[in-house]
Amino acid sequence: MAKKPIGPIRRDFAPWDDPQARPYIEFRNVTKKFGDFTAVDNLSLKIYEREFFALLGGSGCGKTTMMRMLAGFETPNAGEIFLDGQNLAGVPPHRRPVNMMFQSYALFPHMSVEANVAFGLKQEGMPKAEIAGRVEEMLSLVKLQDFAKRKPHQLSGGQRQRVALARSLAKKPKVLLLDEPLGALDRKLREETQFELTDLQQDLGMTFVIVTHDQEEAMTMADRIAVMDKGRIVQIATPSEIYEVPNSRFVADFIGDINLMECKVTARDGEMTKLHAPLFDCAIEVAQPVEAGIGDTVWFAIRPEKVRISFDEPEGPANRLSGEVWDIGYLGDVSIYHTHIAAEETVRATVANRSRTVERPMSWEDKVWLSWDRDAGVVLTQ
Amino acid sequence: MTRADRTPAPATTAGSDIPRPPRQRRSAGGWLLIAIPYAWLVVFFLAPFFIVFKISLSEIAVAIPPYLPTIDLAEGWSNVVAAIRQFSLENYIWLTQDDLYWKSYLSSVQIAAISTLITLIVGYPIAYGMARAPKEWRATLLMLVILPFWTSFLIRVYAWIGILKNEGLLNQVLLWIGVIDDPLTILNTNIAVYIGIVYSYLPFLVLPLYANLEKLDVSLLEAASDLGCPPWRAFWTITVPLSMPGIIAGCFLVFIPAVGEFVIPDLLGGSDTLMIGKTLWTEFFTNRDWPVSSAVAVILLLILVVPIVLFQNQQQRVAEKSQ
Ligand SMILES: Nc1ncnc2c1ncn2[C@@H]1O[C@H](COP(=O)(O)OP(=O)(O)OP(=O)(O)O)[C@@H](O)[C@H]1O
Ligand SMILES: [Mg+2]
Repeated sequence: MAKKPIGPIRRDFAPWDDPQARPYIEFRNVTKKFGDFTAVDNLSLKIYEREFFALLGGSGCGKTTMMRMLAGFETPNAGEIFLDGQNLAGVPPHRRPVNMMFQSYALFPHMSVEANVAFGLKQEGMPKAEIAGRVEEMLSLVKLQDFAKRKPHQLSGGQRQRVALARSLAKKPKVLLLDEPLGALDRKLREETQFELTDLQQDLGMTFVIVTHDQEEAMTMADRIAVMDKGRIVQIATPSEIYEVPNSRFVADFIGDINLMECKVTARDGEMTKLHAPLFDCAIEVAQPVEAGIGDTVWFAIRPEKVRISFDEPEGPANRLSGEVWDIGYLGDVSIYHTHIAAEETVRATVANRSRTVERPMSWEDKVWLSWDRDAGVVLTQ
Repeated sequence: MTRADRTPAPATTAGSDIPRPPRQRRSAGGWLLIAIPYAWLVVFFLAPFFIVFKISLSEIAVAIPPYLPTIDLAEGWSNVVAAIRQFSLENYIWLTQDDLYWKSYLSSVQIAAISTLITLIVGYPIAYGMARAPKEWRATLLMLVILPFWTSFLIRVYAWIGILKNEGLLNQVLLWIGVIDDPLTILNTNIAVYIGIVYSYLPFLVLPLYANLEKLDVSLLEAASDLGCPPWRAFWTITVPLSMPGIIAGCFLVFIPAVGEFVIPDLLGGSDTLMIGKTLWTEFFTNRDWPVSSAVAVILLLILVVPIVLFQNQQQRVAEKSQ
């Protein structure tokens, strides 16, 4: 299941690190309330031109609401939104150079697929011949050339989603908001469309804001990821930073799989921090300075693929646990070993399946040792 | 998401090769359910229609009832056959010879069409406003639309005389404001008939239209606006086409009864207001010519039924084509 690399990797694209760079889209202390309920809570955010920006977060955390404010369908109760330096307050949706793909698709039921895609182009008065060409281009992009004459109700869910995508792309807008654009597609089609999308975005210099529930999709496509929770942004960072250096237990837990251990700080020694996890009765050494006093409660987080599992006792007094294999999850490329430590605690370790042999070297109820390096995990203070 | 829950068509090839669901066999209960409306139609529509049709083929006579032949089933089959032999199309031929009739038909259709159009222009914004009003108001607004039905139709039309007559409420108000110097003559003109029809039939247009507009998915208008379509154009390209079924249903509900309307032209219209309902009344009660008035009624029915059937056929073809 090797994944095709998507688009050229843009090593030198990091305007967010440049204090001189001007944000293209900016949310300044934006709050949106529905009655008593706060859907978006004092949110500030900068998105740069040509950026591929992904929004991740649980259901109902305010992702769609954020996009709808940017597109102009909701008015913030407080705060301002800027696009290319212009305050968007009072600008009606049809005058914003922003196109949105709706989570519910919102296809026009009385128009054919073709007419749906052409709708936005007609509004800007594009000549007929040019419209036909663009519609064809867009339909072939989403592989729906054969369905041009159908009405939306004659399409499958995934096909409808692709029409919605084609319709929002057709105008080639400066900013495109994609609310779960690929959720209904099968894996292969999804990967192909991801590839086409990143290509198009880079060719045309568009700015994309995408909502997705597929972390892998966010990881492979986005320049930066924002993780949201209850109307607030918890962390904004590049995919690798989000994964390797989460800033809180929420992000660590939300992105990928992780082992979390509650610890007390026992020693701080420059770059080195020593912890003790009482529930695991384990001494931990981390090559990371921590902003916490001796005796404070912190959390040690380590990804399963960074935990070694073996029969042999590891060296050294710290960063090791002994336990018993309790369950093995076979995922094809890797296996996950759920190991019982002490009475009820479990630590997960993944091991790549390097050979095809069905019998794993370790089996249920084997006594094993778990260990990790000093720079493998992170300490979280919140 | 009003439309997304429809079952999607199989996604094999383009074109119209979608298999239809097989026809299901009906149970006895199913047949009974269908039989009820048919029985209703036969008893309350077809049977009276055939009686009227039979009278229209008869001849006027000084008798009770005032036509010949009458069929007395007690006298056996031969009497029925003899009666059928005497039937003639004379009354229908008569309708084509006196231009009063076709002028009445034409004028009725014209008055009904103009009134329907005005009702639509007045009713659409009302229905639209109701459908867009806050949810908690809608039930009240709906009640307000239905409220006039609580008073007798006849009294309500009668009340318009008081409003429209030369020294009536409307003229008094206009004179008082100073818009006019002399009272307007509205009563006993076609304008009064239009006002009467629009007023009386407005709820029949508003209700189906409101039911339709309320279901309209607001996100479609948002999508249109997002794609650069200003609100007024979105109204014409999205709202109006999607509310077409409501518009058509409402217009038929106004147009059909308006063509045969009698009370409104009689009370509000003038002596030169020609409507088939009035002609029919005169024929029936003043001239006591039952056969001719029956023929008038049969032709009126045809005038109304033919376009409806044609329209339905065409709708069905459109629906099938888009399947
Ligand atoms: N028009 C509205 N009226 C009242 N509450 C609303 C409205 N729109 C959204 N909400 C609430 O605001 C919160 C955020 O909604 P939003 O649609 O932004 O979530 P989301 O992050 O897009 O979720 P999902 O991933 O499920 O699409 C939800 O709790 C929702 O119930
Ligand atoms: Mg959403």
